Amino acid sequence: MDALVNKRIKQVLKGDQNAFSDIVSLYQHKLYQICYRMLGNKQEAEDIAQEAFVRAYINLHTFDQKRKFSTWLFRIATNLCIDRIRKKKPDYYLDAEVPGTDGLDMYSHIPASEQLPEETVEKMELQDRIQYEISRLPDKYRSVIVLKYIEELSLQEISEILDMPLGTVKTRIHRGREALRKQLNNL
Amino acid sequence: MSTCPQYIVDYMHEYLDGDISREHEQQLKKHLQVCSDCQQHMHELSDTIAFVKSAAHITAPPHFEEMVMKRLPKHKNRVGVQRWFRQHPIIVAAAVFFLFMSATLLSSYPNDEFSFTAKPNLIVDGQTVIVPEGEVVEGDIVVKNGDIVIEGAVNGNVTVINGQYMASTSVVTGQIEEIDQVFEWLWYEIKDMANDFMALFEK
Ligand SMILES: [Zn+2]
Repeated sequence: MDALVNKRIKQVLKGDQNAFSDIVSLYQHKLYQICYRMLGNKQEAEDIAQEAFVRAYINLHTFDQKRKFSTWLFRIATNLCIDRIRKKKPDYYLDAEVPGTDGLDMYSHIPASEQLPEETVEKMELQDRIQYEISRLPDKYRSVIVLKYIEELSLQEISEILDMPLGTVKTRIHRGREALRKQLNNL
Repeated sequence: MSTCPQYIVDYMHEYLDGDISREHEQQLKKHLQVCSDCQQHMHELSDTIAFVKSAAHITAPPHFEEMVMKRLPKHKNRVGVQRWFRQHPIIVAAAVFFLFMSATLLSSYPNDEFSFTAKPNLIVDGQTVIVPEGEVVEGDIVVKNGDIVIEGAVNGNVTVINGQYMASTSVVTGQIEEIDQVFEWLWYEIKDMANDFMALFEK
């Protein structure tokens, strides 16, 4: 697959825009899935996944072909997702700014709109529930959990995608698992 | 569980990541055998992982690829466009010519003002130009936004733009044309220009 991808990349770099469609075709589902799990919204996931491919196309000349293309592509996508999540934050920071809440821990960094009543959560279908629990994770844990357990990537790959040391990835995965465990058992 | 050392939880995560040392693994197993709280914790973590892993695979919506291709900036394709231009010089020349022509011609498209080619023996009644009976007009007549009634004779072409040509027994030696629409007007002007153009060579 890497050989084919590199061949297509060379064609695109020579000006053959159509060669890019094979690259999109190969990675569209994985990329869309990452975005959907990160953002929890189909429209946004579609928009960001498309944007990620467009950015990859524009910056293709900066890609080092000795490396793995998917790592580079997923990095563009996760960065876009994290940016998008952060842009949305001010909305709920305002909501959360109640006197005496200075010591907010990470679990309270959850948009109020996403905290559903227990009854509703218990009635959810499994798939909805999974997405709901993922979306409640703080974004720094969400990205590692999605890459590790949904995309099933190695810790090494995750460290390259997120551009952070392996040790940090491990710490985040540990904390992400703990956060999820608490969410699931708090009901 | 408060009595349990934190490293036991760390070992659980090492175990789950698959990179636990034999030494740590033995310590963890030993502890889990005697501590139900930590056993419970370990179970919950395994269940959590199984829970996330049971997420269904999600696929991109239909037409995703097409949408991406549409969103790509077009400038990189210029190489292709230039190549196409080089391969089809006549089409390009024709297109450029047509654009040029239409721009020039549309600017000369008649406004609604009444006008006509001035000739000494024409009579004008309101917006109607009359070639009186017994009179012979030499040369072409063009009437814009008005009608023409020919009772006499015209020794040339008659063109009526946005108007009517009315005659019965008249004599017109040239062609008679009525033009009502922009495209016809364009065609008329193009023919006219072409005739002028040909005339240049005929001289
Ligand atoms: Zn214990």
